Amino acid sequence: MAEVDLTRLKPYGDTMNDGMVQVSFTLPVPLTPEAQEAARLLALRMGLDEPRVVESRELGMGFSFFILYGACRHTVDFTEIKAAKVDVEAMDMDEVNRFVREKIGRRITVVGACIETDAHTVGIDAILNMKGFAGEYGLERYPEFKVINMGAQVPSEDLAARAITEKADAILVSQVVTQKNIHVTNLTKLVDLLEAEGVRDRVILVVGGPRISHELATELGYDAGFGRGTVPSEVASFLARALLRRLK
Amino acid sequence: MSGQSKLQGKLHLDERRADRARASARRIAGEMADFIEMHTTVTIERAVLRLFGVDGVTDYDVPLPNAVVDQLKAAGKLGKGAAYYFGNALVYHRLSPQTLAEEVGKGRIDLLAAPPQEPGAVREAVYGLAREQLGRIRAQRETRRKAIARLGQGREPYLYVIVATGNIYEDVVQARAAAKQGADIIAVIRSTGQSLLDYVPYGATTEGFGGTYATQENFRIMRKALDEVGKEIGRYIKLVNYCSGLCMPEIAVMGAFERLDMMLNDAMYGIIFRDINMQRTFVDQHFSRMINAYAGVVINTGEDNYLTTADAVAAAHTVLASQFINEQFALRAGLREEQIGLGHAFEIDPDLEDGFLYEVAQAEMAREIFPRAPLKYMPPTKHITGDIFRAYLVNGLFNLAGVMTGQGIQLLGMLTEAIHTPFLQDRFLGVENAKYVMNTARRLGEEITFREGGIIQRRAAEVLEKAAAMLAEIEGIGLMPAIERGMFADTPRLREGGKGLDGVARQEPGYLNPFAELMQRELAIPGLNTPGPAGISAPEGGDR
Repeated sequence: MAEVDLTRLKPYGDTMNDGMVQVSFTLPVPLTPEAQEAARLLALRMGLDEPRVVESRELGMGFSFFILYGACRHTVDFTEIKAAKVDVEAMDMDEVNRFVREKIGRRITVVGACIETDAHTVGIDAILNMKGFAGEYGLERYPEFKVINMGAQVPSEDLAARAITEKADAILVSQVVTQKNIHVTNLTKLVDLLEAEGVRDRVILVVGGPRISHELATELGYDAGFGRGTVPSEVASFLARALLRRLK
Repeated sequence: MSGQSKLQGKLHLDERRADRARASARRIAGEMADFIEMHTTVTIERAVLRLFGVDGVTDYDVPLPNAVVDQLKAAGKLGKGAAYYFGNALVYHRLSPQTLAEEVGKGRIDLLAAPPQEPGAVREAVYGLAREQLGRIRAQRETRRKAIARLGQGREPYLYVIVATGNIYEDVVQARAAAKQGADIIAVIRSTGQSLLDYVPYGATTEGFGGTYATQENFRIMRKALDEVGKEIGRYIKLVNYCSGLCMPEIAVMGAFERLDMMLNDAMYGIIFRDINMQRTFVDQHFSRMINAYAGVVINTGEDNYLTTADAVAAAHTVLASQFINEQFALRAGLREEQIGLGHAFEIDPDLEDGFLYEVAQAEMAREIFPRAPLKYMPPTKHITGDIFRAYLVNGLFNLAGVMTGQGIQLLGMLTEAIHTPFLQDRFLGVENAKYVMNTARRLGEEITFREGGIIQRRAAEVLEKAAAMLAEIEGIGLMPAIERGMFADTPRLREGGKGLDGVARQEPGYLNPFAELMQRELAIPGLNTPGPAGISAPEGGDR
């Protein structure tokens, strides 16, 4: 078997460097031989060599659906890649609590909410609620954390006001709905508001959600972004270490 | 059903235990009747105006029903009912309801300034209009009945899909395509946040987030499109929207006028999951359900939501308990069992050993305990992660559970759940999945018996036992205190808390709502303060 060349990495089907990928998409034209050819040509333009339309279906209303395979002709240099990720040494619940007791010496106050139009509390609840997520307890269960979960559709103004009155160490924002980039609008609004109130530097600002990346979060002025599959202890570890850094 | 100790069916459930649970739920709902009967809300009064035919907005885009009701509320006169002052002003000014509302909206007429007219004349005007307007709703019901008789409809479980582009015209394209692919029911998801608006937006809309605003014009546009495609493919396509949030009765009116066929309409969902005040919701849900009952709408309740945060195995009994409560509130509002689409969901962790057996136990149990209800079965969402291949497989098992337990309404799972609102092709693949599974396993349910004392029977018995115990406990403390203690979804809500409480008013002597009175009579709803309808027998008549 050929060795993988990390400077010229490409997809793998069953043979090194075959580049095989699958693609499926809909075209806004009825299913005809011309539509099939259009699908194949599009795959070529996507950088797929020898594209094959393996299945096509009529969707009605002048639409058609295609499944294709092809060989990706592009490569990337894996050795040059630096992925933005939250840099945190993970601790479990007991370790986090011990860390907070020994190194910070007081409880950490966290205020969380789904802001603006977002009504989906599943993310914020997974991290904050007692019962937690994926077999881990949420932050409410951590004796060294004081948690205020404001729930769904909280105006940014209310969240900021609450964070100020509670003297919060951290604000956790959840954004699940991302259609038409509404989350970017909402998240920007909150940062602007915190800056206008002069409290941005006093809190650790964290955002989470299934389509949130750390890269996006830092771009928008947040301290961290947590995506799909994040467990409560990861967030707790980050908050504890970030707060310690601030206090030093 | 009487005289036997076991329910008919495969689970051999203890019938007396089911009866006890239902009796508890009947008393729980019954306890709320006095409260409901003594109150009204801003949205009930706005619904009354809409029923009179008032529609449109002021120069400042305030919906006219809001403009009129706000005038009454500001004067502290809500407790007499909008019909009381509006009817008086109708007679005095000799205007149509729409023109009168427009004049109020322009600030040219103060309803409270009209001198009291002869009560007999006001009553005659108000009841005459009300009868005429209820005729509009009956006509739509008749149109539906004829269309179904002419075109036919899909087979149960009906295939239910969602469109949610934010743009009603884009929704129409997606909905028509879905119908052609085999969907029987189209739901237009609302824009996120609409449930917390204390008004209904107006006109056709092309901007929304995570969904499309529920407006009467949007209802009309989609109804027309589905009628057209239904004619083309020879199948009546049903339309669904959301009769929930702060405007339940108003949405019910809009749906009744525009011939929606189903409405999401839960007695407690708004309280628990949207933090809407409980007094407001209990009063609103009753009038909204009367309208749905009258319009021949099938309601869909929201028990699936209990499983989106809580564990589907541990919290299964809360789903059943809520189904019992929803059933009783619905029967009290004149809905027949055939109109009560009780909800539940396929949300058990796919990694759990024998999880599918527990799903089958729950679905079969709901089928046997609510034999005439068109059960609304919700697809897996909580454990769907973005792995579209696994999602497609899990959705296949969900469809298998649906067809083998005789569910009424199958909301199809999307392989791209948790990624984006469905693309055209996602919906197509969802329909393909369901068509394949339901066709290849069509009569599987008829062929199956469950092992006596086996995993499935024991699981169902356990869930029923826990639900009955929970209902007995709620009955002991009362529904509102039970919600205050967080007995539903571990979410405590306070009687005075949440949104919309300032829109609740106590009815005053002489309160006038001709629609409530006429519908109550026609639907043969026993007076709210009399004992509720017996659990299993519902008023006859009307279509499904």
